[in-house]
Amino acid sequence: MPIYYYIVLAIALFSIGIIGVLTRRNAIIIFMCVELMLNAVNLLLVAFSKMHNLATTGINPTAAIDAQIFVFFIMVVAAAEVSVGLAIIVMMYRNTHSVDVNFLNRLKN
Amino acid sequence: MSNTLQIVWLIPILPLIGFLINGLGRKQLSKTLSGLIGSGVILGSFLISLYAFISVKNGNTPLLHYFNFIDTESIHVGFDFQIDQLSSLFLLIITGVGFLIHVYSTSYMHDEDKKDFAKYFSYLNLFVFSMLLLVMGGNYIIMFIGWEGVGLCSYLLIGYWFKNNEYNNAAKKAFIMNRIGDLGFLLAVFWLFNKLGTTDYHLVFANVSKWSTFDITGITMLLFVGATGKSAQIPLYTWLPDAMAGPTPVSALIHAATMVTAGIYMIARSNILFTMAPATQCVIAIIGLATAVLAATIALKQNDIKKVLAYSTVSQLGYMFLGLGVGAYTGAVFHVMTHAFFKALLFLGAGSVIHAMGGEQDMRNMGGLKKYMSITHITFLFGCLAIAGMPPFSGFFSKDEILAAAFAHNETEGKILWAVGVLTAFMTAFYMFRLYAMTFLGKFRGTHEQEHHLHESPAAITIPLIVLAILAIVGGWVGIPKVFMEGGHHLESFLEPIFAASNKIAAATHAESELSHGTEYALMGVSVVGALIALVYASIKFSKYQKSDASETGLGKVLANKWYVDEIYDAIIVKPIRSIASFFNNIIEKKGIDGFVNGVGKAVNYGSRQIRLLQSGQVGVYVLLMVIGILLLFIVQLFLVK
Repeated sequence: MPIYYYIVLAIALFSIGIIGVLTRRNAIIIFMCVELMLNAVNLLLVAFSKMHNLATTGINPTAAIDAQIFVFFIMVVAAAEVSVGLAIIVMMYRNTHSVDVNFLNRLKN
Repeated sequence: MSNTLQIVWLIPILPLIGFLINGLGRKQLSKTLSGLIGSGVILGSFLISLYAFISVKNGNTPLLHYFNFIDTESIHVGFDFQIDQLSSLFLLIITGVGFLIHVYSTSYMHDEDKKDFAKYFSYLNLFVFSMLLLVMGGNYIIMFIGWEGVGLCSYLLIGYWFKNNEYNNAAKKAFIMNRIGDLGFLLAVFWLFNKLGTTDYHLVFANVSKWSTFDITGITMLLFVGATGKSAQIPLYTWLPDAMAGPTPVSALIHAATMVTAGIYMIARSNILFTMAPATQCVIAIIGLATAVLAATIALKQNDIKKVLAYSTVSQLGYMFLGLGVGAYTGAVFHVMTHAFFKALLFLGAGSVIHAMGGEQDMRNMGGLKKYMSITHITFLFGCLAIAGMPPFSGFFSKDEILAAAFAHNETEGKILWAVGVLTAFMTAFYMFRLYAMTFLGKFRGTHEQEHHLHESPAAITIPLIVLAILAIVGGWVGIPKVFMEGGHHLESFLEPIFAASNKIAAATHAESELSHGTEYALMGVSVVGALIALVYASIKFSKYQKSDASETGLGKVLANKWYVDEIYDAIIVKPIRSIASFFNNIIEKKGIDGFVNGVGKAVNYGSRQIRLLQSGQVGVYVLLMVIGILLLFIVQLFLVK
């Protein structure tokens, strides 16, 4: 399978994420779109890793899987980050009774 | 280092100590004590100077090195004292006359507050210290330190009564005029450094023959500019008459006997340089003579007793410069000495009169003081006779030596110099006896209150007067010209080593025509008879002086207004500078520099107010901007960077 199938998919995911972040006001949806962008990058990482190894070793696709292991690390850190982000959103809801990010446009009060 | 004269460092140090004690302790010291300290230190200096003089007379003329003042790769200045015939003579004049004036001051300034009294003495001591440094210095830098010091003290003492704003202006005028001259001196010193890397007298004088005419003329002209400032010559003389704002003893010490002769000392000290620069000498002679005439004409019409004396000082200084200009260095130094005696005497006598008159300085309100103040009268008369050039008073010998030297200088110009000089001598006799007659002869013209108050001054005032009067009479006898007595000119033989090199050069270049005895007698006869007529005429005319309200007309008015020189300076120098200053103040400073600085501030303020609007707090906007930025970077990276 050529590499740019993966690339197109990743770009599509990433663009959806960006558009979501830009257009939506709901903090949870923005958060989900951010995750989408993150995972688009993860996908690219895995794809490039596999293709790179195929090109260099030729036979064994599992010969070097550093990048794929790296992706697991990213997912773990992302999970931790999600928990923090969600906690912030919960606090925000408690304070403003809304998850609309446009309400939070000033530093004071 | 084992020279017996090593102790001469005490000469300037003693007045410095006196300055410190009086200056720091001015609130604690009683008047008697500060007067004692002030005069005592000068007496100490005088005694050491006397010792130094005797040593020098016995042939001990050391150059004493104390420490390195400036010591770099290319510039070496030692803190050196040069004790020789010239400086030891000046040391005696400064400390001797200085001591008498200090004693006089203890009585004259007695009405001052305790604090001001001590302040006065501290300034006076500081002045003497600076003057001694000027005279003793072994190079131009040490001389320059003293040179600046005396200028400062002159400023402080002219503005001593600083509550009077006019006096402050006079002090500032003196300081600024002196600064103009000092700049010339300083440039000359730089020039010397550039040529030689040192300013030690003996090195400079040894190397002078290797330099080009341009260098020597330039250096000497700049030095002469310095001398015109300090010694009140055209065009910088106008500060000296205004300097009479200071207390009278100050006028006697600083503005007659010592400081104003600094220029003459400096030129006499560098005589070899000046002899090598005939162009400069010519300028000096002309400027000196012009100053002598101009000041004498102004003095004819002044009514303030101190102003007359001030202009006569300027005029006599002009004579000294004439002497320097025609190469009569001994004559000039001789005149410095006699002038110090009789002019200090005249100023102190005038001070005594002013004291008796309760501060009155206008001669129109005096008259007939002869019968009230006999000692002041007699001593003052002697001073007047001395300055008028009557034999055997001291002024006769020194003035005639200068005039004879001018006459012998060269064929025609010398005669003109002599003629104008003699004319000035007649004027001198006239205005001095006008002063004498208006003050001491005739009837008293002041108020009854003043008449009641008239009294002879106390001993502290009269004793210095008597001593100075004796000196004014006998002071000239050390320089009796050859025609009267072979070998009578002790001063000339004493100063011989200083001026030997110059005399040799002068003799080689133009054979100075030795005057025949007949000519010399004739010259003296003319000047004495002329001066005698002038003084008798003035005495008769002004002893019958009556106060009148008629104002002066014609030339008299011009003279009374001092040829309008102050007004001319005001119009051509002061006013343009003021308008340039106000242009810079209002346009360049306020609109230009302030406008620029404030403009930067305003622009930053305005810009930040606009940029602040970007920080809306809307997260969406931030993200949008971020995405646009990334896209832009992306485009740049992909399509624009090759």
